[in-house]
Amino acid sequence: MSESTLAATARAESVPVGELAPNPSSARAHMPDAKSRSGKQGSNTVAHIVLGIGGLVMVSPLLYQIVMSLSTNTEVQSTPPTLWPSVIQWHNFADVFGSMNFGSQLWVTVAITVLRVIGQVLLCSMAGYAFARMRFRFKGPLLALVLSIIMVPSQLFLIPQYQIIQNLGWLNSIAGIVAPGIFSAFGLFLMRQFFMGLPDELEDAARLDGANPFQVFFRVMLPLAANGLWALVVITVLWSWNDLLWPLVVTSTANAAPLSVGLSNLQGEHSNNYPILMAASLMAMAPILIMFLLMQKRVMAGIGRSGLK
Amino acid sequence: MKAPVLTAGTETSRDHATKAPLPSAARRKGKSKSDGFWPWLFVVPTVVGIGVFYLWPMVQTFYYSFTKWGVFGGAKFIGLDNYTRMLADSSIPQSILNTLIYTAIVLLGIPAAVILASLIERPGMRFASLYRTLYFIPYVTMPAAVGIVWRLIYNGDFGPINWFLSLFGIHGPYWTSTPGFALLAVATVGLWMSLGFNLLIISAGLREIPRELFEAAEMDGASRIRQFFSITVPLLTPSIFFVTIVTVISGFQLFDLLYVMMGKANLAMPQTQSLVYIFYNQAFLQNDKGYAAAIGILILAIIALLTAFQFRIQKRWVNYV
Repeated sequence: MSESTLAATARAESVPVGELAPNPSSARAHMPDAKSRSGKQGSNTVAHIVLGIGGLVMVSPLLYQIVMSLSTNTEVQSTPPTLWPSVIQWHNFADVFGSMNFGSQLWVTVAITVLRVIGQVLLCSMAGYAFARMRFRFKGPLLALVLSIIMVPSQLFLIPQYQIIQNLGWLNSIAGIVAPGIFSAFGLFLMRQFFMGLPDELEDAARLDGANPFQVFFRVMLPLAANGLWALVVITVLWSWNDLLWPLVVTSTANAAPLSVGLSNLQGEHSNNYPILMAASLMAMAPILIMFLLMQKRVMAGIGRSGLK
Repeated sequence: MKAPVLTAGTETSRDHATKAPLPSAARRKGKSKSDGFWPWLFVVPTVVGIGVFYLWPMVQTFYYSFTKWGVFGGAKFIGLDNYTRMLADSSIPQSILNTLIYTAIVLLGIPAAVILASLIERPGMRFASLYRTLYFIPYVTMPAAVGIVWRLIYNGDFGPINWFLSLFGIHGPYWTSTPGFALLAVATVGLWMSLGFNLLIISAGLREIPRELFEAAEMDGASRIRQFFSITVPLLTPSIFFVTIVTVISGFQLFDLLYVMMGKANLAMPQTQSLVYIFYNQAFLQNDKGYAAAIGILILAIIALLTAFQFRIQKRWVNYV
């Protein structure tokens, strides 16, 4: 199945925010109007100035962070602020590993992200598929029950979830951080909407060929839902990597905590070694930033399609 | 005579397109009422997981909100005591006010996003995708990590903000530890983080507006400013409505930035804290889980009320084409 067909099926389905058309300029370039408008260079200059200054302001905290992560502590605390360190202090990045449990926290963060992505992709797509395209008793009420939790804030689950993890003896473990988050009513809803928009013919053909529902799902339907799966992967990665409240609640030792918790607890102990703090927070954000820069279109389309983080 | 036929025609074809599974479903219906045990293999893991980790906990939280927790565990039913205690607790209205102020400041990102989107999405605009990337970057950063950076930027002694203010002879405050300023500082970061998301949604809405409308307006001699207020803004109201709902809901979920930028020991925390912070503090630092559960119910009630209210008044200002 080609990419364009997939995109077409995705578009045919009425997703609220919809296909975010990452390259609208290509579509619009054919319009005769485009030329006449861009001819008005004068007014676009103002737009570029506004957007350029605004964009610079948006990334300036990160530029500041990069410079400070390469400076000495004296340079960080000097006024006027250091624009560039006199000697680049690369060792700050290595020092992070010695001054906090960065290695183990990075491992926890990677592990919870990967496990949640695998869990959600598998579970949400299977359940979403069944709710979209199969028939069984209590389907309607069951779906309504599951979806009822989507709008409920997480504080209503947190205390009992904590008790469950505590009773399982999973506090301070990767399993404990991951457990509730591999189930997602929102992910189920997202995948159900996607499967509802897929055509019937291939499914019917596979069934006539004697494939059982598992084979139909994994070989035929799941590959067709690639765009929906990407959206699910993007939001799950972002949310797992950056999540703070839940891991904060179920971890109490520095070794078992993910980076988000580790960084937020640094404020007391290492609050005076700013270059190390900047280097640590930069390394904690870097994987997601790199992922975003490499696959901007997928990330933006995924977030746009899902509407929420 | 022709019109109704046409409408009917499009209706059926649309029906066919959206409800594609119908024919085969109807065919199978002849044989049996369901697809047997197979669907259960697909849904049972998720349904059980959501039942155990979300649905039942929700019921438990409702029950806990009527209980008092002993030091060594065990919950005692105390009726509405937690709720009457909440009414007398002055930190609750304070935190609701804090959350409203925070949300109001973050909402300023929406008009900003409308203006920025209308600039970026101009036909033939160069560097459009570069701008989209720049504005979106803060949205994907980890709040815990970026909160540390902002704390340094807001530093009262050597932070760049106070240095900048000093150029104009202004002696800047200790932003994150002064009541009032702390909330402003946190909300500014909230605005910074959410702007990219607002821009993404509003840009998508903008691309759906037919170009012909702008062309016609231009031929009639309408200025760009006039086009912005008479075409862009009214036709964007559904997108604006959506990001408003999202901003308000996530505003009432404020926790990460507050926790990281201020810290548990911050003396300005009582005047700055959000409802979710009080919830966290009561449930996991004070171990008063019954009271925390009642605060959780309050958060749910406020979000539900605000969202319902917004849906109610939407027909006064949202134009659906």
